[in-house]
Formats: sequence, structure tokens, C-alpha cells
Amino acid sequence: MSADPHEKLIYMANQISKFFESKPHAEGVAGIAAHINDFWEPRMRRHLFEVVDAGGTGLRPLVMEAAQTIRRPAPEHA
Amino acid sequence: MKDFVIPDRDFGTPAAKSKTMVTLTIDGFDITVPEGTSIMRAAAEIGISVPKLCATDSLDAFGSCRLCLVEIEGRNGTPASCTTPVAPGIKVHTQNSKLKQLRRGVMELYISDHPLDCLTCSANGDCELQDMAGAVGLRDVRYEAVDTHFKAKNTSGEANPQWMPKDDSNPYFTYDPAKCIVCSRCVRACEEVQGTFALTIEGRGFDSRVSFGAKTDTALTSDCVSCGACVQACPTATLQEKSIIDIGTPERSVITTCAYCGVGCSFKAEMRGDELVRMTPYKHGKANRGHSCVKGRFAYGYASHKDRILSPMIRDKITDPWQEVSWDEAMEFTANRMKGLIEKHGRQSVGVITSSRCTNEEAYLVQKLTRAVFMNNNTDTCARVCHSPTGYGLGQTFGTSAGTQDFDSVEETDVVILIGANPTDGHPVFASRLKKRLRAGAKLIVIDPRRIDLVDNSAHIRAAHHLALTPGTNVAVVTAIAHTIVTEGLFDEEFIRTRCDWDEFQDYAEFVSDARHSPEATQLLTGVKADELRAAARLYAKGGNGAIYYGLGVTEHSQGSTTVIGIANLAMLTGNIGRPGVGVNPLRGQNNVQGSCDMGSFPHELPGYRHVKNDSVREVFESIWGVKIDNEPGLRIPNMLDAAVEGTFKGLYCQGEDILQSDPDTKHVAAGLAAMECVIVHDLFLNETANYAHVFFPGSSFLEKDGTFTNAERRINRVRKVMAPKQGYADWEVTQLFAQAMGADWHYTHPSQIMDEIAMLTPSFAGVSYEKLETMGSIQWPCNESAPEGTPLMHIDGFVRGKGKFIRTEYVATDEKTGPRFPLLLTTGRILSQYNVGAQTRRTENVVWHEEDLLEIHPHDAELRGVRDGQYVKLASRSGETSLKAKITDRVSPGVVYTTFHHPTTQANVITTDFSDWATNCPEYKVTAVQVSPSNGPTEWQEDYAEQAAQSRRILAAE
Ligand code: SF4
Ligand code: SF4
Ligand code: SF4
Ligand code: FES
Repeated sequence: MSADPHEKLIYMANQISKFFESKPHAEGVAGIAAHINDFWEPRMRRHLFEVVDAGGTGLRPLVMEAAQTIRRPAPEHA
Repeated sequence: MKDFVIPDRDFGTPAAKSKTMVTLTIDGFDITVPEGTSIMRAAAEIGISVPKLCATDSLDAFGSCRLCLVEIEGRNGTPASCTTPVAPGIKVHTQNSKLKQLRRGVMELYISDHPLDCLTCSANGDCELQDMAGAVGLRDVRYEAVDTHFKAKNTSGEANPQWMPKDDSNPYFTYDPAKCIVCSRCVRACEEVQGTFALTIEGRGFDSRVSFGAKTDTALTSDCVSCGACVQACPTATLQEKSIIDIGTPERSVITTCAYCGVGCSFKAEMRGDELVRMTPYKHGKANRGHSCVKGRFAYGYASHKDRILSPMIRDKITDPWQEVSWDEAMEFTANRMKGLIEKHGRQSVGVITSSRCTNEEAYLVQKLTRAVFMNNNTDTCARVCHSPTGYGLGQTFGTSAGTQDFDSVEETDVVILIGANPTDGHPVFASRLKKRLRAGAKLIVIDPRRIDLVDNSAHIRAAHHLALTPGTNVAVVTAIAHTIVTEGLFDEEFIRTRCDWDEFQDYAEFVSDARHSPEATQLLTGVKADELRAAARLYAKGGNGAIYYGLGVTEHSQGSTTVIGIANLAMLTGNIGRPGVGVNPLRGQNNVQGSCDMGSFPHELPGYRHVKNDSVREVFESIWGVKIDNEPGLRIPNMLDAAVEGTFKGLYCQGEDILQSDPDTKHVAAGLAAMECVIVHDLFLNETANYAHVFFPGSSFLEKDGTFTNAERRINRVRKVMAPKQGYADWEVTQLFAQAMGADWHYTHPSQIMDEIAMLTPSFAGVSYEKLETMGSIQWPCNESAPEGTPLMHIDGFVRGKGKFIRTEYVATDEKTGPRFPLLLTTGRILSQYNVGAQTRRTENVVWHEEDLLEIHPHDAELRGVRDGQYVKLASRSGETSLKAKITDRVSPGVVYTTFHHPTTQANVITTDFSDWATNCPEYKVTAVQVSPSNGPTEWQEDYAEQAAQSRRILAAE
């Protein structure tokens, strides 16, 4: 896979999405958000939001929906 | 240190299991024992040792030596006490003049055909023949035998055809036929205990000999797997450890735990001074019950191997040679660097990797280091690359991340499903126990792309079904089994109604009942015939106690977590949870995978599997640690590497772990490591990762420290220090020194204090202490107020999470697909004699069984490509290429190739990709699309790599 962090995170988010897509819609959306909130370090979520905020190119629709409830990480600080 | 100088008593025959008790009299003493007990054992219970040679309590009685004769009042003759069961009211005499005379006669016969070189014999002081000669009062042998087995030449100088030379082909033990008394204990040990059937008794009467299979077979070339059970069973010096021949007999022993695999066998480390003489599996060890494999028993030589690094080393850049320094200097250098990085790049720029080989106490300290000293949650463990999906899958469905049974449970199993595991190689002692149960009639279903030994290559064992699926289709197969169980009405409604959430079950039932999940619909995809799959599903659902055992072939996939969920679903559907003989059992790879996970090594959870987001959990730790804990999850290993490449992750403390060799996509790992500014490797050897390190802390072996390991059955076993650390400090002390240099106020003086802290902070460990481990031997967690003695079986009356949760398991094909460029699927595994990346086992004599990694390829695929057996081939994927020798075999299906990853020169992980499990990022080792072509030798990468490794391993002599 490419070294571009976005590409990799898009892939991972979509992989999570595919698992939750077989669930009832609301449960699936909540599942993706909870999963990413629980397991993704802020740096990863920050990159994810860079994609989301730029229109979400490449992300599956369910990830975009879940993004509403994914925690935005605190801005970068040293 | 606790000494057990007295050898374990041998009761002569195994304990009887009956609940009915029988009372009898032996030599005037009354004794009550379970029905079925032998007279020999009953006598032993009251301290009377009847002389014996062919009996030992690890084997069924055989009755061949006739030394253990007794008299029973009112019965004729002198029956053998080992084969005669007790009966109510009988009066037994073990010693009278008639018996004495008979026994002497027996001994005389044995001794007349035995060399009398006791003083120089390696078994001197540890020989039952010698003991028995003494016990029966043998004072002289009245005749000299004309024909013997032990004289190389007869009196007229001609070669004696009965004499056979010593076989010392096995690196660890010798077979000296001259000393054999043909008691057949070895043969029976190989059959009953190990289940390999490598030994036989050839010939009859005077001609009968112990033999390793065919005439031409030596110990090394035979089927023998060198478990050592026969050596342990042999009463004489015939089968003898070479270490005893070299050193002499031990003078004390210390109980400890094997540091190789997740079975967690208990051993007696038998010592003379601080020299380890031999390792003997401990009879009272609850995981292994007195058995072991070649690794634990024999492959400990690495601990004193010349490659071991005994001094701390530092260097400014990874292109510099290493410089040996004192511990103080090393700590100062390291702490300064790490502090500098934290100052410049923030506290999130560093992290740790805990080891699944080190003790619980050590893993706990390493994660505490990052959480309480570096102030972040960037901790991960090598369990990430093997069993993290187990944690996720079982956590979601059952509520806890662990196997449900103890190993004893297999004795009550009727049907075993084995998925993606090869226990005869990976978990040998469990395999022996499983085989014993299978020989007694239990049925076996193997789900694996490869025809593993248990399918049809083990003596007296045939799998009822082998579902040889296409790599990567586990979820489809497991879901098709569920489809069969649900649509054919084979599920256990009563269990589901009482123990699981009924609505969730209905949702799941509706999902799996869909025709697209039927075996017929999926067979093209999975390669498993529908009728075979249906038959297997029926057998599991209705064949009695059904147990599922699984390994890395389940977890190391992009859908690893989904398969674990699917497995849990199967167990709940059929009610196979919560009693002996059933359950869901992950077979853990390394010795302390379970423990390192329990100890909070994962970046999102504190010890005891509690998420860092929970305020109440953090507060408990904060109050004891006196720091503020970050409430955000940290980076996992692959994320750390990505962040390193990106420039935001700079420093790593890596204990007992070789991520460069064990993690997928070597080039990416190397790039990540190379981008860091402070890599600290803490290990026994300069491993592959150390090529990219700036600091090397030498590690201590499991023989040199106190602590605990937790095996695959959640069993906490003690590791005991049998000798002082060769490099000065146990690993937990090194971590503490480092933490102190970083400013932490840590003052542990013994690992028991670390365990006390763990117990205080972790509800499932609340009742664990070294004191209790001392009295109980071992404890299976959870151990707390409601289970003060621990918990052998989980989820007995209810699941840990309350109701069992059925979860839909949609099959999603991996993106790693074959195509014209890479038409074959590579899957990886391990073999018996080697362990993980082989750093230890490659430094022992075990290499005689596995000099190099080989690529298994089907004859059809080999022919297509002009590949010949034993020839170098190039193995290429879209990640990279390597070369190794081919082995042509039909154990793999056409279209599938297989290799192990024990040798660094092979660099099998140059080939594997960075696809990973959707939930946990556990890498997809088990499926890689590859191409194979003939080649003349190592690839350029292998040569470059060897060059770079040699460069980076240079050590400057200390000034
Ligand atoms: S070492 Fe083990 S496998 Fe080999 S002959 Fe002895 S009992 Fe059998
Ligand atoms: S090798 Fe040892 S155990 Fe085997 S028959 Fe001979 S004396 Fe008995
Ligand atoms: S490697 Fe595993 S099976 Fe072998 S002795 Fe050690 S713990 Fe037991
Ligand atoms: S010990 Fe009973 S016959 Fe050998």
C-alpha cells in the first residue's frame, strides 16, 4: 500500500464499515463510530477528519455518516 | 527459591478415577482406595514401595518384569501387584521369604545380561535397576550368561551378533541397547503419553529389542519427535540425556514454567550448583501433567549461547558500531535521548512494545512506563500480530478475552473442531493430550488449507472430516456451518433461550439462513464440498460434547475478528459452553500471549481489559500511580510505524520482541524503525530489530528471574529464578532502572510486589498472590472473592457479559487476491522444533530438524513452473521477493504454497503485505498472493540485508 497516510486510513475505515454494513442501519453507524473512537489514536482520527472535511472522497457512505459521532481529536499540540 | 530435593514419588500405576471406594489390608495396614486402583498403588499410598521395574505411574500397567509379585490370602500363586486391582477385604502380603526368593531370581536373570559398570554409568545414582538390586538384596549372581546383549565380543573374540552399538544420532539423548532390560516403558511412553508410536519392541523372547521403527532407522531419522517421554520413562541408562552423561546427576530442583509456547508446561529445572543439568516435566503441572515437547525439555541451550549479549550497548547513529557501556551510562544516555524527544516532539512521540515472552510483571511495568512516565497510551505487544482478534471477538460475544476451558477439558470432549491450528507442531503437549482422547474414540474435524499431520499422518488417528478451504475463506465456512445448524434445526434452543439474547439470536438466524450462506452456495468460493461441510456441522452439533480449538490460521486474516465471532456463535448455537469437554479455545502462540494481553499491553485498555476512556477505571490507577492517565487510545504497532514514517513518532522501547522479523511487510517496518531517533531493544540477542537500534539492553532468560506466565488456559504459573542473571539484572529490574532514569519513583525489590499491585488494581486478579501460587501451584483467573481458588471453566451459569451475544458475520473477501502476476496463495505456519522467529531455537541443537525454511508446493504447480524438489525458488509478492528451497508435497492443495518463518535469512515477511484485520490490525499473514519461479540463490534484497545486518552488528571493544 502507499505511504500516504490518508489512503491507508481510508482503507481501514472502509474495512470497518464493511463489517458493520450487514447490521441494521443505525446500529451499523453507531458501531463504526464507537469502534473508531475506541481504537483510533487521535493522530489517526485527525487524518480521517482531514479526508472527511475535504468531502470524504474514497470513504464509504456509512463512514461519512458515522463521522458525525466520531470524536474530533483535540488540535495538535506539543 | 524453593527446593524440591526429594524426587516425586512414583506410585507405580496411574490413579483410578472411580468414586466407589474399596477397603483392603496390606501388610496388616488398612487402606481405602478408589475401585480400579492397583495393589501396587494402594501399597504406595501407605508408604510401602513394592519392588518394580516395568511399572511407572505415568503409564498403564503392563506386567512384564514379574518383580512386583505379592501374595493374597486365599488366592493361588503370586500375582503381579501392578496389574492386579484391589478387591474389598483382601489381605495382601508384599514381603515374605517366598516373595523375596522369587524376586531375587528375577533380578539375577536381569543382572546376568547387564554390564556391571555401575560406577562409571551415567545413570549411577539414578537407576531403578540398581535400586531394585539393592531392594531385593541381590548379593551375587550365581551364573554367567553365555549369550548376552552387552558384550561386543564373545570369549573367543568373535563379534556378538546380539550386541548393538550406541545410537547417539539424537542431539539430546542416547540409546545404548547394551543396557536395555526390555521393560517396554519407553515404547508405552511413546504411545500413551506422546502418541507418536515411534518405538516398537522387535523380536520375541531373548531376541526382543527396542527399535526406532525400521531396521535402518536411527533415533534421528525415525518418526521420533524427541519429546523425551521415553527417556524419562526409562529406568536405566539405556535412554539417557546427553546432558547427564556430560555433567552428572543433579542435586536439587526448582519448579518453573517453560518459556516457549502457550501450553505453559511446568518443569523441574534440575540443577547442580548454578548449572542446569536437565529439565524434567513436572508431574503435578496442571497444563502438561508430566509431559513436554522437545523445546521445553531440551532446547534451553540458547540461554548460555555465545551470541548472548551481556553488556549494555549504545550508539549515536545506527550506522555506527555498537559501544559497550556500563548500565549507568546506558541509562543516562537513553533517558536523555528519550527526554529530548518528548520535549521536542511531545509526549505522544514515544512508546513501548511489551513482550509475550517476558513475565506478567515485566509486561505490566513496561506498559506502566509508557502510561505513567511517558504519559501516553502508546503501548502494544506482539500479541497484536497473533491473537488480538481473539480479544476482540470473544470480548464482543462472551464478554471476556480468553479461552473458556482448561486443558483437562479435552478428556471429556466427543467432537473436536480444529481451525487454523496445527497443534502437533505448534502446541505439542496439548496435541498429545488431544491425540490420546481421539484414540479413545472422540471425533475430529480439521478446517485448514493444509493437510496437517492430525488429518491422516498421526498413528491411530484419522480426522472424520477435513475441510480444506481456500486460504481467506474462514468466515464463509464458519457461517455455512452455522447455516446448516440453524436451517436443519440442530441448534440448542433451550441453551439459547436461557443463556443468550433471544432477539439477537433471531436476527442472526435470519442472517445465516439466507441461501447465499448455504454450503452449496459457498462451495465454489471456499473449495469445501457442501456435503462434507454439512456432515461436519451435524457431527459438531449433535455428536456430544463439542469443543473448538483454533490458532493463528483463524486470527491472522483481514477478517480474523469476524471468524472468532463466528466461532463463538457456533458454540452458543449448539450449547457447547460452560461445562467440561466443550468451549472455545484459542491456542496461543508464545508462552505469555495471554498474560501480556491481561496486563494492559494494548493501547486502548488498562490491565484487566478496561478501556482507558472509562473515568472510573483511570481513577483507580491514577490514585495508586499518582499521575494523570491519558483518556485517548494510543498507537498500535502498525500505527506506530506509520506515524514514524510520517515523522510524528520518534522513540520506542521494545522489550523481548523482534518486530523486524515477526511483523509483516519487512520493508515498511524497516522504514519505520529507520525513521525513529531512539530505538531501544531489550533482548537476549542482537535480533533483527536491533539493526535499527540506538540502545541495546541485554535481557535475562527465564531461568534467571522470578515472575509469572499465564498460559492459554488463563493459568498463572510461577517462573522461578534458578541462577543469577548473567548480565546482572532481571528484565523487570532493567525497566525499573530505565524508569528511574526517566525520573520515576519506582522501588520494587521483588516481582511479588508488582503482582500485589496488579492484584490491587485488577478485579480478575484480586485474589492472586505469590503466597497463593506457592500453595496452589497455579491459579486460573478470574481469581477473586467469588472465586478464591480461580476459575478452570468460564461462563458456567452465565456469560461474563450477561447474555451471550450473537453477531452477524458477513463474509468480505480479502483484497489480497490472486491474479495473473501472482496466481498462488501463500500461507505461513510453524514447525515443532522451532519457535517463532527462531532466535532461541536456532541457537540450540534443534536446528538438526530444521536447518532452513522450505516452501511447500503441490506437484502440479511445481511441474508447471519447472520447480524441482530441493531447488532454490524465487517467491515474489507485490511487497517484495525472497528465495528459499522448494519442497514438493501434496499436503498443500494446488494453488496454495506454504512456508514457515523461523529463519531471518528467508525473510518470509518481505513477502507478506500490510493488509490486516479490520478490527484489530492483526496482520494478514495467512494469505498473500505470490508467484514462484526457479532461481539460483538469494535475492538482491537478501544479500543487501545480510550486508546491512553484518554492518550494524559490529561491536567496538570496550576501552
Ligand atoms: S522421544 Fe518421544 S517421540 Fe521420540 S521415541 Fe521417545 S517418546 Fe517417542
Ligand atoms: S530402553 Fe529403557 S525403557 Fe525402553 S525397554 Fe529398554 S530399559 Fe526399558
Ligand atoms: S514448548 Fe510448549 S508444549 Fe513444549 S514444553 Fe514448552 S510449553 Fe510445553
Ligand atoms: S512392575 Fe509389575 S510386573 Fe513389572
